[in-house]
Amino acid sequence: MNNFSYIQAEKPKDATAAKRDDKSAAFIAGGTTLLDLMKSNVENHDQLIDVNLLPFRGIEMTKDGLRIGALERMSDVGAHPLVAQQFPAVAESLLLAASAQLRNMASIGGNVLQRTRCGYFRDTAFPCNKREPGTGCPALEGDNRNLAILGTSETCIATSYPGDLSVALTALDAVLTLENSKGKQRQVPITKFYLLPGTTPQRETVLESDELIVAVTIPQTAAARKSKYLKVRDRSSYAYALVSAAVGLEVQGGTVRAARVALGGVGTQPWRCFEAEKALVGKPATEATFRAAAELALRGAKPREHNAYKIEMAKNTLVRALSEVAV
Amino acid sequence: MDMTSNTSNQKENAPTNVVGKPLDRVDGPAKVTGAARYSAEINVPGTVYGVLKSSTIAKGRITGIDTSRAAKEPGIINIFTHENLPKPAKTPKQIEKWRAAQSYLPMQDNQIQYAGQPVALVVAATLEAATQAAALIKVTYQAETPIDSYHDPKAELFDPQKIQQGKKDAHVVRGNPQQAYDGAAVKHEATYVHAINHHSPMEPAATLAVWEGADKLTVYEASQNVTMHQGALADLLGMPREQIRVVTKYIGGGFGCKGSFWPHTILTVLAAKAVNRPVKLALTRPQMFTGVGHREDQEQTLKMGATADGKLVSIVHTKKATTSPWDNYTESNGKVMDMLYACENYSTVYELARANVMTSVWMRAPGEAPGSFALESSMDDLANQLNIDPMEIRLRNYADYDHSNGKPWSSKSLKQCYTRGAELFGWSKRNPKPGQTRRGRMLVGHGMASATYPVHSSQGTARVRLFADGHAVVEAGATDLGTGTYTVMTQVSADALGLPPEKIRFELGDTRLPTAPGSGGSVAAGTVASSIMAAAQDVWDKVVKMAVADKKSPLYKAKPTDVKVELGRMFLSKDPKKGETLLAALGRSGQPDIEGSGTGKYGAGYEEKNFGQNGADPNNDNKEKKTGGHSMHSFGAHFCEVEVDPDLGTIRVTRWVGVHGAGTVLNLKTATSQMTGGAIYGIGAALMEDTFRDPNFAHYTNADLAGYHIPVNADIPNIQVEFVPESDPYINYLGVKGIGELGMVGVAAAVGNAVFNATGRRLRSLPMTPDKMLEAMRMPA
Repeated sequence: MNNFSYIQAEKPKDATAAKRDDKSAAFIAGGTTLLDLMKSNVENHDQLIDVNLLPFRGIEMTKDGLRIGALERMSDVGAHPLVAQQFPAVAESLLLAASAQLRNMASIGGNVLQRTRCGYFRDTAFPCNKREPGTGCPALEGDNRNLAILGTSETCIATSYPGDLSVALTALDAVLTLENSKGKQRQVPITKFYLLPGTTPQRETVLESDELIVAVTIPQTAAARKSKYLKVRDRSSYAYALVSAAVGLEVQGGTVRAARVALGGVGTQPWRCFEAEKALVGKPATEATFRAAAELALRGAKPREHNAYKIEMAKNTLVRALSEVAV
Repeated sequence: MDMTSNTSNQKENAPTNVVGKPLDRVDGPAKVTGAARYSAEINVPGTVYGVLKSSTIAKGRITGIDTSRAAKEPGIINIFTHENLPKPAKTPKQIEKWRAAQSYLPMQDNQIQYAGQPVALVVAATLEAATQAAALIKVTYQAETPIDSYHDPKAELFDPQKIQQGKKDAHVVRGNPQQAYDGAAVKHEATYVHAINHHSPMEPAATLAVWEGADKLTVYEASQNVTMHQGALADLLGMPREQIRVVTKYIGGGFGCKGSFWPHTILTVLAAKAVNRPVKLALTRPQMFTGVGHREDQEQTLKMGATADGKLVSIVHTKKATTSPWDNYTESNGKVMDMLYACENYSTVYELARANVMTSVWMRAPGEAPGSFALESSMDDLANQLNIDPMEIRLRNYADYDHSNGKPWSSKSLKQCYTRGAELFGWSKRNPKPGQTRRGRMLVGHGMASATYPVHSSQGTARVRLFADGHAVVEAGATDLGTGTYTVMTQVSADALGLPPEKIRFELGDTRLPTAPGSGGSVAAGTVASSIMAAAQDVWDKVVKMAVADKKSPLYKAKPTDVKVELGRMFLSKDPKKGETLLAALGRSGQPDIEGSGTGKYGAGYEEKNFGQNGADPNNDNKEKKTGGHSMHSFGAHFCEVEVDPDLGTIRVTRWVGVHGAGTVLNLKTATSQMTGGAIYGIGAALMEDTFRDPNFAHYTNADLAGYHIPVNADIPNIQVEFVPESDPYINYLGVKGIGELGMVGVAAAVGNAVFNATGRRLRSLPMTPDKMLEAMRMPA
């Protein structure tokens, strides 16, 4: 970890302007991802801008849905009754993530900006196109057991966002509110927030360098109320998903009226499955329907030596999750 | 001490009072309050900090090291590379093999032989400055293509002739195994793969090197064996041992990785001398994966021949494994197959391949853990193949003596372990047909496996100082891994002197104390207990002499040989009422204290001393088997329930019962914890522990505790541990068998056997992760 200066921003503009003026600076909220990356010299910042005093807090219902301040902690949001009752997939994705200690520190905004757990990215001994563009991707022929099978490119197969929350947010059409150094806010649907690696895997989101995530808004829907997050992992806690599914269903008289489906652990970004959703709507809420949708969700998957298992695991996870919310 | 004295020979186990009780850890308060200082927490005035920079390539040479930016960091004292680090008097290759597991010492030239190899050592006023400077050093390399493991197409398997630093043969044959296998009515053959495992103790390896003069050195080291570290340093530095002190008061787990001498220690010592300041260096967590050894990647092929009713007639075992460019280390997996069952024909052959990895090393139950995975999985298959209950097939092959050497057992309670374990677990309710038991969506399975671990012969010295005021200090240069040496030796001392444990202070972890074995191979408890007993006997002899010469003593004028001592009281053997306590006699003498010392033996050495060279065992009427003493082993049985999600591939252990026969239990609480820990360690190896070495870079991709999974609480069910009563007069005076390794042996097989019972699928590649389970579920059962 390099030496760095530290400032505590008291107003949003103090933070965003400082970031605009110093390209090597980083915002710090909980720091649970950032400090790890700095300790392993994957990220080097000469300045950290502490945003914890900024007024981006609160969990409240608005006309657009549930608005969660970006500085709320994972544990608080996961335990909030509104979240648990109206958006169970979101609550579950938060409480199944990380460890209690990390959840108490980590912010919602920071969670959305987690970086990949790809071992090649996180160890500077290796080449990595995401960390150092143009150096190559050893994961293609190496340790790719935990990496993506959808949305990959020849330059990068990392599950760029490795966490849980954004998978649920992606399924439920959450919208991020971003604010820049001019104080201007814009709304970005989370489905448009992450970028595919293509030839530029170092570019992971549409966030501009002077922008800060200030809130997440999740529309209230029947499908969100009947939603679930299912996570498959190597151990029972404190492990990233091998595969996860966030689903929501609105079922009337045994027929699916609305469906929300996203997968984690399989895509280079949280993977929204629009085709699978289309295949669900209007169909009977049966395992056969869910199986057909799961087949569509994994269509086009490109496995590597160690991650072919994800295709079947993801299908089964999806079928299981849909079956459980359908009852 | 006088070896012919009245109390030195012991034909039966000594009586106990405090020994065996579930005493709370005597070091518990110091640990929970932070008063206990681990090696890297010790502060000496003037201490500066060392940080290693590790190689980013696995093979090649250094072409340049640019330290210009690093040297500008404030607080930098010196930056050492192969160009300016003072050379040791000898290299590890030139010293006694068993001490330095790895014969190669980095930073002696520009060669790179493994990824993570130290290439520079920065010394700075603060840890932060040293860390940052290490990152700023720019090393350029001429890289070559490395070999990553025995299964690399470029790797060449060879016959090492000897393994384990030359101590064991790479070929062992008993009987005529191939012929017996070929002619067997029932045959079974399978190949088992074990992942690379890393010890991953909580406390990292650490060294604080303090030169107290040009030729006087104190090293605070995270060491499982201070004597070993002292000896290795003396050899490497060309100094007398007497001038080197090694101190390890507390250890935060080791599992074997702190039981050998590794490069960081000598590099720190050399740097400390060069900067003329105490230097403290702790490995980072990633460096723990390339600094202190590992359990090697390996595969075993096991062929078993049996009669139609399940009696083994042949075991043919081969093992392939990766070793380093210089050393021929591999775990001796065959040992357990040679002795666990009654089988007249056995062979094992080891083949190794050199790769660009550091030398692997013993890791908890080395050999027995992976060996038992193969053996006990194949036994389960054989039972299933022949429609015999898995416990029944083990009973049919029960070894009434040790077939590997023909000796009778000193004690063996494996049958009792099976019976009691089965009863606690409810084994009789198990459905023998695989894939039949469901709990909701989950498939439920039950499996069992045997455990065993040898009593390794060992010896050590202790000192006892009994004060007339009723306190005592007992000292031995042993170590406490965190498993309870402080506590159990306090109990042993209390009974030897007849004092309550709170009046005893037991000191360990310092080469200034009498020489004792390290914590490894499950020898510490048995050996140090014997040493304390020998030292206590020295005190007894002296006090008995005082008493028989003291008119005020009830033992006045008695012959010392007629006096017996038990639990701190001296009395006439023929008239036990006539006697007094050691303290009473000492008190009248006017001496403030009395000191005794003694050397105690454990295992074969103890037996030879007390029972004669050829094991004059009155119970052994089998003349043919009288080949010099007894075979000494602890035994146990594991019972495991798993739930397998057939769609998602996840395996969860939901119930565990372990019953063990391990001689006298010194402390029921710490022993139960240790056996519980063994089961957890084994569940880790069974289900999740796996270090991935990249095939092209020969460099690990998950070298931290987020990427290298060890069990969390949620992975571990309630674990029920019991010990069956067992007395063993041949191993040491208390009948103590070590339990450090036993609890882990057979665990992975018990899990795999339960998975088979749940699903009808046999997973032979560890760890049994969800991807492998799911793949197996796709195949027909």
